[in-house]
Amino acid sequence: MPVDASLAGRTFPPTTPYTVSHEKLLEFARATGSSYDGGPAPATFPIVVAFQAMTDLMQDPTVGISLHRVVHGDQRFTYTRPVVAGDELTATLTVDSLRQIGGADIIGTRSEIADADGKPVCTAFATLVHKGADA
Amino acid sequence: MSPGDVLPEQTYTVTRADLVRYAGVSGDFNPIHWSDRVATSVGLPGVIAHGMYTLALAARALETWAGEPGRVVELGCKFTKPVVVPDDDTGVDVVVRGTVKDVTDAGVSVSLEVTCGDEKVLGMPRAVLRA
Repeated sequence: MPVDASLAGRTFPPTTPYTVSHEKLLEFARATGSSYDGGPAPATFPIVVAFQAMTDLMQDPTVGISLHRVVHGDQRFTYTRPVVAGDELTATLTVDSLRQIGGADIIGTRSEIADADGKPVCTAFATLVHKGADA
Repeated sequence: MSPGDVLPEQTYTVTRADLVRYAGVSGDFNPIHWSDRVATSVGLPGVIAHGMYTLALAARALETWAGEPGRVVELGCKFTKPVVVPDDDTGVDVVVRGTVKDVTDAGVSVSLEVTCGDEKVLGMPRAVLRA
């Protein structure tokens, strides 16, 4: 069953604040072979926070997405500044666009990632492809 | 960096252990990234790398070319083909190539090519580095 058309334009509540630690940045850098010297986080690190916002969306019972039928179609980040240890980040997800193609929902999301002062850090755009039962 | 510059090709080997580590650190525990049984049940040839892991490798190459972390102001791609990671000690190689497209006050625009074997695994990967 396709997701309801009213999803388009909807903004979800911010994610639970996420405190970035040195240890986590070091683990992320090691896992991806990047370097971390106590300064800027590896560029794709904000996905950790954006992924939480997307998970909240996919698990929201009012939305009607079946998790196992979702494929990550694309991802884009624009950065106001790099993430650093000590940041307390939240992601606020908006569904920018919703289309139905060949039985699949193409869900365009934008997660605004902000620090504890509410200042922008990064915007994460993701397209989620939600395949229909027969697609 | 000047327009037309071809940046030094970077080759990264991806093993199952890398995917386990990335699952843990990213919070993406989708079993198609660690279970052959689940991956093949949904029509994949086997366990595949997280698309975001492959994009992280592209970011790693950018970091190397930029000479320091923290210079990426824009980064994006489509996830077009899976990177199939064998259950052995050798793993599979992902190659990241980059060409400088444009240099303005806004930054250095880099067009990327990310391949595994003969296939481009990311669609239209591109980035902008702070000038």
